[in-house]
Amino acid sequence: MKISLSRKSAIAIAAGALLLSGCSSSGDDSTSGAYAGPVGDTPGTINVLAWPGYAEDGSTDPAVDWVTPFETETGCTVNVKTYGTSDEAVQLMQSGGYDVVSASGDASLRLIFGEDLQPVNLDLIPNYVDVFDNLKDRPWNTIEGVNYGVPHGRGANVLQYTISKVKPAPDSWSVVWEPNSPLKGKITAYDSAIYIADAAVYLMSTKPELGITDPYALDSTQFEAAMELLKQQKPLVAEYWGDYTKYVAAVQAGSIVAGTSWQVIANVLNGEKATVGAVKPKEGATGWSDTWMISKNTESIDCAYKWLNWIVSPATNAQAAEYFGEAPANSKACALTASKTHCESYHADETEYWSDVYYWKTPTEACLDGRTDVKCIPYAEWVKAWSSFRNS
Amino acid sequence: MNLSRTAKVVLWGFMGFGLSFIYVPLMLVVINSFNKNKSFNWPPTGFTTMWWSKAASNPGVKDAIILSVLTATLATIIALILGSLAAAAIARYNFFGRDVISLMFVLPIALPGIVTGIALNNVFTNFFGGLTFFTIIIGHATFCVVVVFNNVAARYRRMGSSFEEASMDLGADRFTTFRLVTFPMIRNALVAGALLSFGLSFDEIIVTTFTAGAGQTTLPIWIFQNLFRPNQAPIVNVVAAALIMVSIVPIYLSQRLTQERK
Amino acid sequence: MSLIESTQRYFHAHVRARIAVLLSAPVAWLGVLYIGSLAALFITSIWKIDTFTSKVVREFTLSNFIDVLTDKAYFNVTVRTVGVAIAVTIICAIIAIPMAFFIARVAKPQSRPVLIALVITPLWASYLVKIYAWRTMMAPDSGFLNWLISPLGLSSPGFGMVAVIIGLSYLWLPYMVLPIYAGMEKLPDSIIDASADLGAKPGRTFLKVILPLTWPAIIAGSLFTFSLSLGDYITVQILGGTFQMLGNVVYQNFALNLPFAAAVALIPVIVMIIYLASVRKTGALDNL
Repeated sequence: MKISLSRKSAIAIAAGALLLSGCSSSGDDSTSGAYAGPVGDTPGTINVLAWPGYAEDGSTDPAVDWVTPFETETGCTVNVKTYGTSDEAVQLMQSGGYDVVSASGDASLRLIFGEDLQPVNLDLIPNYVDVFDNLKDRPWNTIEGVNYGVPHGRGANVLQYTISKVKPAPDSWSVVWEPNSPLKGKITAYDSAIYIADAAVYLMSTKPELGITDPYALDSTQFEAAMELLKQQKPLVAEYWGDYTKYVAAVQAGSIVAGTSWQVIANVLNGEKATVGAVKPKEGATGWSDTWMISKNTESIDCAYKWLNWIVSPATNAQAAEYFGEAPANSKACALTASKTHCESYHADETEYWSDVYYWKTPTEACLDGRTDVKCIPYAEWVKAWSSFRNS
Repeated sequence: MNLSRTAKVVLWGFMGFGLSFIYVPLMLVVINSFNKNKSFNWPPTGFTTMWWSKAASNPGVKDAIILSVLTATLATIIALILGSLAAAAIARYNFFGRDVISLMFVLPIALPGIVTGIALNNVFTNFFGGLTFFTIIIGHATFCVVVVFNNVAARYRRMGSSFEEASMDLGADRFTTFRLVTFPMIRNALVAGALLSFGLSFDEIIVTTFTAGAGQTTLPIWIFQNLFRPNQAPIVNVVAAALIMVSIVPIYLSQRLTQERK
Repeated sequence: MSLIESTQRYFHAHVRARIAVLLSAPVAWLGVLYIGSLAALFITSIWKIDTFTSKVVREFTLSNFIDVLTDKAYFNVTVRTVGVAIAVTIICAIIAIPMAFFIARVAKPQSRPVLIALVITPLWASYLVKIYAWRTMMAPDSGFLNWLISPLGLSSPGFGMVAVIIGLSYLWLPYMVLPIYAGMEKLPDSIIDASADLGAKPGRTFLKVILPLTWPAIIAGSLFTFSLSLGDYITVQILGGTFQMLGNVVYQNFALNLPFAAAVALIPVIVMIIYLASVRKTGALDNL
């Protein structure tokens, strides 16, 4: 697979590097472009684009709903649309019609630089002060001091397995990668180019000679190795998943017994009785840290700000984090979760747990691990390689 | 035609196989709408009617059905007008470019839906400002025109122009001729085309995914969103079973209408 | 003379004016909106995208076409997609021709509307629900098909190319039956009787007289089954496991690489145009 580096992409690298190193982009500085406020009581409708489990409105489970209380309290109407991959999120935001989005780190920068979002004036969000310090002002949602949203929570992509069919309980990703896996033909993998990073994470442990330190900073040799691993995995895979409801149905039907997953999927499957387990294997895992962001062209700015304040409030953040199964963003949420050990089990305030969780981010030609002697593969090439791989 | 016994047996066999092939999955859908177990493993462990009552009170389904009916009706009206106008021109007159225009009226159905979908999506997002209720209708009307056109053009061709010419020879002007002679003769084709167009639009998912705005949930989109959801999938089965039963009547009627008098 | 009368006279005298009035609205709709949007789409295939934000950048490039033509994966997926479309067409034809013949020639005339209604009714059952029904039927261990054939020692093929072919054949069967039935119904009895009078047995009459005469109708039906299979991606997602077809390639790339998706979308369009052009002579287009 040839990766050509024309003069034009060299310019793009330089431009990308400049942007990422934080040079001011459009002549605006500090909070210009952000809503000055104050947040009024204009009723309106907001279309919310969210990861499944983030903005539950009772349609998945009538008892799980923190959208309707918001609507009752503020008079705003909320339409929730869930998506399956960050790529979907970027495309939907770009096609317009959505006011608020919960974006992972691999989508947020693309949206910011694609000028689909507006900066967020954090003074208008009273609940923001209680957010964990190590989630504030992160490079995937804050550019040159300009904030673009409020954090939601963070988590790892876990290895999920059907308890009755996978014994003993696995502690390594080898069950989904090794050709002699006993679960051949019943594995699943995530259907997005970002999954190449998961292959890289496995290679970090099994092929340290490749020298991968950041699974999103892959030069051509490292990238080829990751693609080889994926090709090796393909015969083991029953289906690639991008729709979590289809994943749930397949596990219940027994056609999938193990694979990468989100805690919320395991929670849904274990709803009536424990059927699956979920672990972060010893090799580490990819993960995500999400931010609620506001579209540039929203017509209901007041409702958008109210939603951001609501979703990061201790009570709602606790509900959402517990339902989904992730570490909350608001430090006061820990006292409000139904299970008193929730924040502990999800390592909300730890740093060690997250040391081998590699949050989703968008790979660029300028290596994200700081190497300057090689060029890394940008995400557009990841997408091409993934498309070619899926269709071969 | 006189057929041997073996021939008759073979034909009956094919007919039987064909009809069972068609209806076994549909019966499965109806049975599953009474299935107690949400994951539809076979054989079902128990039966219940609770999904039917849940479906009846589900607001998402009702809104989706209303939107779908509205979309299909408006798209069909547009298709009827445009389709019959075009059919009259193509079937009656011979002019330069007729074949090209004829081909143009086949393309929306001949080209894969995803191509139509992304082409319209591209234009709507870049030039129309975004996706709305009306963009759905525009998308649907585009392929509905084709079915109306085909039905009406076929009817025009079979009809011949002698009746209209006779009417005008007898002194009627064009409008009167259309009202009293042409329209009654093409009426059946219009109804058949309208029914087919309504059905196509009602069930359309591919083009709709690309042309529906953020909050626009037609019935197929609602089904797509809820197909795999544990709590909603049984309701989807109920909706499907109900649709099948409701649709038998208009289909039978349309068949009677298009029967030629021999 | 009133305005209406003088307008009438004008139109009566000028044929072209009549045609123009009739055609202006439909052609404007299809020509400008539909053909125009297709053109706009295919123009993007010569542009590129910003590698970071994935937005279309209007700079000329042939790289999209080069990628499609040189990457073996896309050649493979094209071959597979055309193969599936052909398989589906053949399966539908094999089932539809005897059925259509039965309804048109063997069944009693009163039962014909009922039988046709029975064949068409599934078109009104949602496409998605039908495919989902097949998904539950073909599920590897717990499905209906498995339950049915396991006493014979067989098991369901599971999700993959076979399941996709079966699913698509199921979906498009009515589209094949209808035009063939219409074609067979139109056959005058006299020709069939003449063939019998000349001594041909029913099988020979069928092969030498009926089939050639209904061939345009069969081709018309095949246009539907072929085109609908060529671009399908939803059935593939639900029944295909890891199997992919052209529609999936377009769908996956549409989000972040519209120029590339447009280039790939040209493939089924070209295939269909070739198919349409080659069947125009058979008169199939009049049988739709």
